[in-house]
Amino acid sequence: MTRQLLALLGALRDSARDLLPIVLVIVFFQLAVLRQPLQGLDSLLGGVVLVVLGLTLFVRGLEMGLFPIGEAMAYAFARKGSLGWLLAFAFALGFGTTVAEPALIAVVDEAAKVAAQGGVIAPDAASRAAYALGLRLTVALSVGIAIVVGVLRILKGWPLHWLIIGGYLGVVIMTAFAPKEIIGIAYDSGGVTTSTITVPLVTALGVGLAMSIKGRNPMVDGFGLIAFASLLPMIFVMGYGMVVG
Amino acid sequence: MSAGLLSVVGGTLRDVLPIAAILLGFQWLVIRRPVPNLRRVLMGFVYVVLGLALFLQGLEQALFPLGKLMARQLTAPEFILHGAAHGLAAAGWQDYMWVYAFAGAIGFSTTIAEPSLIAVAIKARDVSGGAISVWGLRVAVAVGVGLGIALGAFRIITGTPLHYYIMAGYILVMAQTAFAPRMIVPLAYDSGGVTTSTVTVPLVTALGLGLAGTVPGRSVLLDGFGLIAFASLFPMITVLGYAQLSEWRARRARRRAQ
Repeated sequence: MTRQLLALLGALRDSARDLLPIVLVIVFFQLAVLRQPLQGLDSLLGGVVLVVLGLTLFVRGLEMGLFPIGEAMAYAFARKGSLGWLLAFAFALGFGTTVAEPALIAVVDEAAKVAAQGGVIAPDAASRAAYALGLRLTVALSVGIAIVVGVLRILKGWPLHWLIIGGYLGVVIMTAFAPKEIIGIAYDSGGVTTSTITVPLVTALGVGLAMSIKGRNPMVDGFGLIAFASLLPMIFVMGYGMVVG
Repeated sequence: MSAGLLSVVGGTLRDVLPIAAILLGFQWLVIRRPVPNLRRVLMGFVYVVLGLALFLQGLEQALFPLGKLMARQLTAPEFILHGAAHGLAAAGWQDYMWVYAFAGAIGFSTTIAEPSLIAVAIKARDVSGGAISVWGLRVAVAVGVGLGIALGAFRIITGTPLHYYIMAGYILVMAQTAFAPRMIVPLAYDSGGVTTSTVTVPLVTALGLGLAGTVPGRSVLLDGFGLIAFASLFPMITVLGYAQLSEWRARRARRRAQ
């Protein structure tokens, strides 16, 4: 009992340490640069306590739930030996987790505003909504494909950097042809697709696959799925801008 | 507060639901094997949902309002001119020093607290047998995000095209890939994607929109975007650089020892 309590206290201390930099930055800029008093100190402290508790629970849940299930499924698929189901799972994981991602929904709404302002689509609400939905499905599709390609790479042992460099070339070529309004959004969409729950799952899946296949190194082959999931949406979003525009 | 927390828990549950449905669907229909330690795994999911909900609620309550307000105040014309005789149109990029400092500091500090980066760092430590420390990777990534956001702020202020920076960054990443230790390359590429989620995006977006609204000649819609792209590119450069530096120091130490 006391050992568990000590472990909990240690975890809480780690979370508090993780949060300390933000608190320091905000307090410094508020007091020293903007020279304004800190208002609502009690609600601020209450919020900090919630963040520390939440981070502690999340990290605990990560090691109990998300990591083991991701790895267990990777092992199960590797044992089953069915490539089709593994790829279907990879696609569903990428598509399903992205299509409902709140950060993505916010970004595509902004993008629809830009498109309406730039005269790419009609300025009424219906065409804006259709544009936003199309963009959202495009990004989700690209993340699904990205995870499929990433899983294939782990199975075949293709070197990651050639694929990534190829992807960069794709981004550069698309940038030359895509409408100017879409470029900023396309570049940002790569970053917003990977959510806090997807990242641990996908990482555990990749590492688990690399560990269960002979001749693969989990460090060299296991990582890299997230990199695909952030690269491919850029290319697809610029493509969407070219097709719709 | 409790009503707010409930709605946050509901929102988090809604985010987790599609993921849980996919996992369970494939588990029952395709794999057809019991999950090892099912109770423990389910408990872990409860912890993750509850933890994320508390985390988001705390951020909404304490840090986001203040951070966003600060981003607006630091980019407001009154603060930037601050006694200078010339108008905003004549202000050069040097007048925004506190904006760069804030951009760098907020990028660094929010990345340290980013839950998905913690997840990847734990995994990298376990896989590398401790050779890559959780803290070392996180600091390397956070330095990259800080540098990236500060440079992104500079880009909005000077109005230079985004894709020049991104392409220069790509070339640097490719050059580093050729020389960096092979083991680190996939992890470095991944660290670009994991940095920008729950904590970083709202604060950085507020900064970008505030800046684009203040600087004359910038459009909020066109120039407000792009900071996230910087925050995903620069961690690759710093993580690769950190690995190159460690390797170089290890080699030098070996040479000394001989």
